Amino acid sequence: MLEVQVSGTLRDAVGGAASIQVEAATIRELMNILVDRYPAMQYRIDEGVAVSINGNIFRDKWSEPIPADAEVFLMPRLAGG
Amino acid sequence: MAEAFDTSYTDQEFTVIGNRTLRPDGVDKVTGRARYGADATAPGQLVGLILRSPHAHAKIKKIDTSKAEKLPGVKAVLTSADLPDLTNGNRGNYDILENCMARDRALYDGHAVAAVAATDMETAKQALKLIKVSYKKLPHVTDVDAAMQDSAPIVQPHIKKADDQTQSTNIANVSTFGHGDVEAGFAAADYIVEESFKTEQTHQGYIEPHACLASVGPDGQGELWVTTQGHFTFRSVCSDLLGMDIAKLKVTSSEIGGGFGGKTHVWIEPVALALSRKCNRPVKMTMTRDEVFRATGPTASTSMDIKVGATKDGRITAATAHIRYQDGAFPGIWGMLGAMTAFACYDLENCQSVGYDVLVNRPKVAAYRAPSAPMAAFGVESCMDLMAEKVGMSPVDFRLKNAAQEGTRASYGPTYGPIGIGATLRAVKNHPHMRARLGKNQGRGMACGFWFNFGGQTCVDMNIGTDGTVNLTVGTVDVGGARASMGMIAAEELGIPYEDVKVTVGDTTSLGHNDTTEGSRGTFSSGMATIFAARNAVEELKARAAQTWDIDIGDVAWEDGQAIAKGVKGSNLPPLSLKELAKASPRTGGPIAGHNEVVADGAGVSFASHICDVEVDPETGATKILRYTVVQDAGKAIHPDYVEGQMQGAAAQGIGWALNEEYIYGDDGTLQNAGFLDYRIPVCSDLPMIDTKILEIPNPNHPYGIRGVGETSIVPPLAAIASAVSNAVGVRMTHTPMSPPRILKAINEAK
Repeated sequence: MLEVQVSGTLRDAVGGAASIQVEAATIRELMNILVDRYPAMQYRIDEGVAVSINGNIFRDKWSEPIPADAEVFLMPRLAGG
Repeated sequence: MAEAFDTSYTDQEFTVIGNRTLRPDGVDKVTGRARYGADATAPGQLVGLILRSPHAHAKIKKIDTSKAEKLPGVKAVLTSADLPDLTNGNRGNYDILENCMARDRALYDGHAVAAVAATDMETAKQALKLIKVSYKKLPHVTDVDAAMQDSAPIVQPHIKKADDQTQSTNIANVSTFGHGDVEAGFAAADYIVEESFKTEQTHQGYIEPHACLASVGPDGQGELWVTTQGHFTFRSVCSDLLGMDIAKLKVTSSEIGGGFGGKTHVWIEPVALALSRKCNRPVKMTMTRDEVFRATGPTASTSMDIKVGATKDGRITAATAHIRYQDGAFPGIWGMLGAMTAFACYDLENCQSVGYDVLVNRPKVAAYRAPSAPMAAFGVESCMDLMAEKVGMSPVDFRLKNAAQEGTRASYGPTYGPIGIGATLRAVKNHPHMRARLGKNQGRGMACGFWFNFGGQTCVDMNIGTDGTVNLTVGTVDVGGARASMGMIAAEELGIPYEDVKVTVGDTTSLGHNDTTEGSRGTFSSGMATIFAARNAVEELKARAAQTWDIDIGDVAWEDGQAIAKGVKGSNLPPLSLKELAKASPRTGGPIAGHNEVVADGAGVSFASHICDVEVDPETGATKILRYTVVQDAGKAIHPDYVEGQMQGAAAQGIGWALNEEYIYGDDGTLQNAGFLDYRIPVCSDLPMIDTKILEIPNPNHPYGIRGVGETSIVPPLAAIASAVSNAVGVRMTHTPMSPPRILKAINEAK
């Protein structure tokens, strides 16, 4: 079971929780579960989210595996200049 | 599905990478042959101009275009009525649409309210004068702190308070990051530093204004030539806003005269396309400098409160930041990014940063090189200096004692892997610059900075000609020498001379989607795709050699640009060079090509530490930069000239931001200094030679160890210069720009 930390304004979409428990082996599975469990997440995912897995930030690579003991952060999609 | 390559760093030996090769676009740029946004023409093209609001905030009661439409030579007049809302509930796209053309309200001075296309410039200007707009002026607010008050005029009424959905607010978002118990941390501190800071709004200051040539026919097919950092993104956004098919809009990126984030957003382009569609003629639009200042996307002005606690021996026990960023008239993520980056350089047990995104009647804020990080670093790094002084440590030693390292939990959440902040600080500590003597009225400052860096969707094509020269087509816009770097990577992989590779930025019909060149991603992501495309091409070259020799491909190796036959059957076969294989290709299977599409994630964070010496004239308050040194954790430097150029350019922009650049608004909410005479960016005579030191700490998530380098070095300058000026004048500077009047005021108030 993954402990997914939820950052910043995304907490509003998961009922204010700072972290949630999820069974997911990839970012895609994580996203599917989030939408099932928290319908408000769909809009945030459409806007763009990023997932940090063990310190590496992934914005689009939903096929990325999530190790069972990984540190996972869900954060809003970031922009650069 | 394409073969997946391993993206891990391999520490391979290089022959081409790391050299300072000639820039392929250099001759065109110094001879004037390079074609920028305003350099395209089309038969029958019209001149497009935009009418802009003279008011900071006003209801648009009526727009009468009848006289303009009757003017001979006018072919189209456009208002928001010609841009129906096709955004299907996508608020982000609706905001872009509304920013491109005001609907019922003008939200800032310079907001577009109508547009014309005419046969020549004079006619277009005359037509603008004939458009009559009836406004009802509304109360406005341009200051971020004032906009947060309950009594402030509301910019976007649909945005409601989180705790009361009946009340509108200008606070679009509040983002909180951090961990630990900050109250307990402050209670454990021997010293507390608490200070407030302000930064004024600045513009990216790219020399080339926005310009485009749009052409849309009655069959729904269109073309757009445009100066942009992301032509694929422009295609997607314009198609969405105008109801066009993505495949039927071809967008070509011109050469770009600077972007720095400001050309990641559309401004005039949907309007030019809509005008063209309305009159079935090509329409060319070129912004004036006045328009660039008033109606494109500068960075946020900010106001912030920083608090740091530490023990007597110099260990930080807690830190908090409340940072307020104005987003202009449309919500953004700038306060959030400020909150995420504020304490990212440090190993903090207890920290909290709260970022506020606040709406005001100013232009929509856009990304500007490491967006939001410089302002937060200004406040935080200034407080680090103040705390170092309290505990009696040098600014460098205090930072080294508290620097983040591998295993540190970042203030924005995740745990760091291998990072370079400590290495940059040690390089600063040992740099001769730190031991140079200072004279009267002179001061030294140093500061650190952090930026994330990104990768993203990337697609490249490689085609080998029959003479053995290579065309490489990339989809990331070349904003800083990327064509040279990509050519070097292709040459390295294929084992051929750099001069045999020609790199082109392809239009949107020639490649799959490429994300915008932002987040320091160009060399990281297109570099990765180029490596993999070349490796695909090498596999094909090996197959052609195997066919020629009639041996198994498993018995062919690729070494130094040629196929080598291995095994018993190939023991006496001479090698086949790439040129020989290319020449024979028509009879061995046709064209030889390599292709790759990849989502290049794992770009890796980056750190920089800067040193600055200044001299301040106590009579005038004028500051001269005497010496400036940039140390940056850059990953593998593919082309060191361009890495150094990025580090120097970012520092130069930071110097302007720190000392002079500032949007000045009048009481009426209109911009008072929309031009380079009154908005002063640094010129060569303002700057010393900026020394650089590249630390090549490899990124473990890239085969060559590449990190992004373009943005991080704009983060430390505000704080480094503020500390240098403060040390020179003996007064802590807390408000940028530190222009002469502001420095004199601070000196006089301290007397």
